[in-house]
Amino acid sequence: MNHLGPKHPRAIRWMHWINVPLLAIMIWSGLMIYWANDVYAIRVGGVTLVHFFPDWFYRTLDLDQRLATGMSYHFAFMWFFAMNGLCYVLYTFISGEWRHLLPNRRTPREAWHVVLHDLRLRKDPPPPAKFNGAQRIAYTGVIMMGAGSVITGLAIYKPAQLAWLTGLLGGYEWARAEHFVLTIGYVLFFVIHISQVVRAGWNNFRAMVTGYELTPLKEAEHA
Amino acid sequence: MPDVKSPPLLGPTAEQQMHQLTRRSFLTGGLAALAGLGAWLGLTTATTEDGVPWPLRSVLRFNEGLANALGSPLGLAPTFPAELAQGPARTNGLIGLADDVDEAGWQVRVQHEGRAAERTIRLKDVLALPRQDLVMEFKCVEGWSEVMHFGGVRFFDFVSRFGLATRSGRGPDPAGNPKDLYRYVYLATPDEDYYVGLDMVSALHPQTLLCNTMNGQPLTRQHGAPLRLYLAVKYGFKSLKRVGLIRFQDQRPADYWAEQGYDWYAGL
Repeated sequence: MNHLGPKHPRAIRWMHWINVPLLAIMIWSGLMIYWANDVYAIRVGGVTLVHFFPDWFYRTLDLDQRLATGMSYHFAFMWFFAMNGLCYVLYTFISGEWRHLLPNRRTPREAWHVVLHDLRLRKDPPPPAKFNGAQRIAYTGVIMMGAGSVITGLAIYKPAQLAWLTGLLGGYEWARAEHFVLTIGYVLFFVIHISQVVRAGWNNFRAMVTGYELTPLKEAEHA
Repeated sequence: MPDVKSPPLLGPTAEQQMHQLTRRSFLTGGLAALAGLGAWLGLTTATTEDGVPWPLRSVLRFNEGLANALGSPLGLAPTFPAELAQGPARTNGLIGLADDVDEAGWQVRVQHEGRAAERTIRLKDVLALPRQDLVMEFKCVEGWSEVMHFGGVRFFDFVSRFGLATRSGRGPDPAGNPKDLYRYVYLATPDEDYYVGLDMVSALHPQTLLCNTMNGQPLTRQHGAPLRLYLAVKYGFKSLKRVGLIRFQDQRPADYWAEQGYDWYAGL
């Protein structure tokens, strides 16, 4: 027998889904800006393993020769991205939802348990909870990354007016690199997040849309 | 929202309730997505202002106002040790530099809005002002930066010495008598193929120079010989090379790259 229970508050669901197009627009416009000076690469002993990014990448996604367009979208949508993130942080603190999201004492051990379980190296599932240890780390981490993007972004947006901030981050060149690395981080987060959502299945995904989930009664009684 | 907390919904009732909730939520979500898509299409197809959809131009102007409100007068940008600026500086952009230059006889034309008479100021009179040296991180809008050593005279000293930029013809007094100042400056190459518009605060910033040396060497032609502008508080495209014409005005001046879709203010 199944039990219907609330899972994600309405505000969190809205902010989560609003963030999807906002982050996409920030990355899209950011790539148009990065194109104009695309100097980053992973090099080992003078050999370039990965260049961010090959020409076909820009051409396929129509990102080349659009620096001005990229800047105008980036410096407009930054407001919505930052405001949505700020609202999320405020909401989680005021509502008490942070108790489910912030890592705690048990988190590291539990996160490791989740990793082993997901790699099928450990049979017993992690203890049932709204968010397991790995999720706590991932969801808190991605919010910190969001804050990092705003801070490093401001440092390269106003390196004269906010020179103290730019200096704190290691200077203009470093701040630009940090801003870029965070973006790569979102892409990695996205890949893992999507694959985990697919693994977790329909009931879990539906909860992020409706706010409610069906749980087997036995489990519900335990929880 | 149905109250599902107490008593708990179980079994078939729960399934049915979930079904309803799902339908309603996906419908709401779908409508919200459509509204978002509509707004996006509206934005991307909006009338453009100098190559940028007008709502985005409005936000850029809002950002400009905020930067001015939070940082007026603007502080100083960090300086660097001169050893970091050696050898030839990177060049980028040669628009307006095609004609031959008469360095010895160079003079700058200066105009004021609403005043018919034009002044010409000889290069050697400009360079007679107190020397200033700034080693700064030059920042290109493309995203690269390089430490460069600029030598010349302060733009502020230039307008003070020659009684420019003000309606009264006296030296500028931004704190005591801001109304006496024109609001903007327009600077251009002699052929006006390249031109920049500046707000007066940025133009009078202590790190805004009229330069005749870079990295310890006389200006090269590619760097704007015999006299170029340098601003620490703007992207490089505002640092006009080969200054031939300066006009003080109240109307926001045209700007070469702003007309190509870039932010007019371009403040750092």
